[in-house]
Parts: sequence; structure tokens; C-alpha cells
Amino acid sequence: MSEENDGKKFMFVNRRAPYGTIYAQESLEVVLIAAALEQDVSLLFIDDGVFQLTKGQNTEGVGMKNFSPAYAALGDYDVSKLYVEKESLEERGLTLDDLQHLTWEDEDDDWAEKDSIRLVSRDEVKKLIEEQDVLLSF
Amino acid sequence: MAILHTVNKSPYEKASLESCVQRSDAGAAILLIEDGVYAALAGGAKADLVKAALADRKVFVLEPDLKARGLADQALIEGVESVDFDGFVDLTTQYDQVNAWL
Amino acid sequence: MKYAIMINEGPYNHQASDTAYNFCKAALDKGHEIIRVFFYHDGVNNATRLGVPPQDDRNITEKWVALGKEHDLDLSVCVAAAQRRGLLDEGEAQRWGKDVNNIAEVFHITGLGQLVEACIQADRLVEFGD
Repeated sequence: MSEENDGKKFMFVNRRAPYGTIYAQESLEVVLIAAALEQDVSLLFIDDGVFQLTKGQNTEGVGMKNFSPAYAALGDYDVSKLYVEKESLEERGLTLDDLQHLTWEDEDDDWAEKDSIRLVSRDEVKKLIEEQDVLLSF
Repeated sequence: MAILHTVNKSPYEKASLESCVQRSDAGAAILLIEDGVYAALAGGAKADLVKAALADRKVFVLEPDLKARGLADQALIEGVESVDFDGFVDLTTQYDQVNAWL
Repeated sequence: MKYAIMINEGPYNHQASDTAYNFCKAALDKGHEIIRVFFYHDGVNNATRLGVPPQDDRNITEKWVALGKEHDLDLSVCVAAAQRRGLLDEGEAQRWGKDVNNIAEVFHITGLGQLVEACIQADRLVEFGD
């Protein structure tokens, strides 16, 4: 599993909301490629980036592609570390219940279904950023 | 590990610098580029952001961007260091990784 | 030191491409290696050879082409982002039945895997955007 990954530690830092700009949508393309190339991939959602994960996104009225189902597919690509900053959620009046329930299956634990979203504090975010080999911000 | 953070937004328009200051660790460096350089002005209402960072981090400002904006003679917050593009490159070698707060 | 450079915005609207150019030039002058300059999002628009900026302004695309020639740079344009925005090389134009192509010399269209590969090989990724 990714914990024993020999690749570089790639962190995708998501600070922007979806739809208003294309960054969130196009960044997911890079995430999938990095995972396919067997890098140790994680995603960080801070500031307005937490809005990317809200459940119930429906773009019919705006005529844009709803790309939010792609987050649920990340587990299939062994992307199991989605760090969401607690303070960013709280500042926006959101809780974990407002976000999609995202899971992955742990090969080393008899394919047990586990949560992908890991709630972290702002202080933990500081440390996570420092641990990375590559930081891609979108 | 110590990270070089780049910020290219004016703190008077966007919260990028605040976000960076809140989430950069002691020993890190912040380089203000493009419209980020407005944060380095001593007299500004948002000067406290850079001052807070200077407590345990270094703060640099890209001089060509200051000059382009007519700010070369303005007083900068004490402790902020000016670099040119050569200095920008050197900073990327002195710190372990670079993170852009776009 | 080996660098991967990523540019996320097109020319003129944002300073990102200018800043990236100045950074690359300084790094190359210091003897560093730029493994790849990768153009993503609206950054793909830097690769059009059809831009005609006023004569008293810089031509960003031509600056990249010149720097690319001088230092044998890999100027990579993301294929998916380029297709979306109408940046096509000869092969892509033919493939999609379009009557023109518009990629400047030195630039070439490639996949996102090349961005990740550059990040793997490089000591540093430096990203320029909005």
C-alpha cells in the first residue's frame, strides 16, 4: 500500500473551490497520473479547497461537468490520504457530514473498507507540508 | 526539512499570505513575488502578517517586482530581505522544497 | 540542481509566465539544469505562434522559443489542457479534423505523465500561476 511506497511523496495542495475556476478539476487529472506512476500521493484540502468535497453537487443548472464523483474513485487508484483541515471546515460553517464519505480498501487488512478523509488541525498541516518531496498547488 | 513558500498575491486583495503564514513552519522562508510584494511595505495595514512570520521565519521580497511597481524607494518592514532573480534561484537551492500559494 | 517548472497561466493576463521565464533564465545562467517546463491549465496558451502583441511590448511566446533554442529546453504543453483550449500541433489538428495548427516551434504537446516524471527526476518543482 502507499505507506510502503518507494516513490516520492507528492502532496496536492487544494486551496480553491470547484467550478468557479478549473483548477480543482484539472488537478485531479494530475493526481490520477501520479498515482498510476506509483508515487506516494496525498491530497490536502485547506481554505476554499474543502468545498471541493461537498456531497450533493449538481451542475445541471450551470451546464458544467460534475466532476465530484472522481473523488470517490480515488480509492481505486490507491489514493487513500485525503487530509482535510478542521479549521478551514469550521470557518466555512461545514462539518465532516457535509462532505462525501470517501473510502478505500486496505489490501494489507483483508480489504477492509477505511475512510480516506483524515481530519487534521492547522498545526498538523504545517508538519505535513514539511514532510513532502513534491508540493503541487492548485 | 524547510520549505520556501512563494506568495504572489497582494494581502489587500487575497488571503494567500495569511494562509501561508498560518501554515508555514518555523525555519521556513516566504518569498513575496509579483503582487505579493505589496505585503512588504512598512506602513501598510497588513504589515502584521509579515511581522508575525519574521518571528521565526525569513521573509524575502523580489526586488524587480518592487521596482516595476514604483516601490523601490518605499520603506520595507524591518527584517525583510530583497533578492533579485539570481537570489530567487539561490533560495530554491537553500531550502528543501518550494510551495507556491497561488 | 535539476528543476521542473510548471506554468499555470497564459501570457499577458497574469505575470506568471514572465516570472517563470526570468527564473529559468537566471537558473540556466547559474548553470542549473531545467529538466522540463510544463505548461498546464491556461498556461498552454503560451505556446500559440499566432499571437501578435504590439511592437513596444514583449512577445512572451517568442522569448520562450528563443530561450528554448539557446538551452535546448523541453517546453511541454499538456495535451488534455491544450485540446480543451484549442492549442493543436500538426498531428492533433489532423486527428481532430481542424483546419489549422498553432503550436510555436520548440514547444511540443505531451501527456501529464511528463509533468509527474519531471517532478520525480527533479530536485525542485517551482510552480508559477495565479
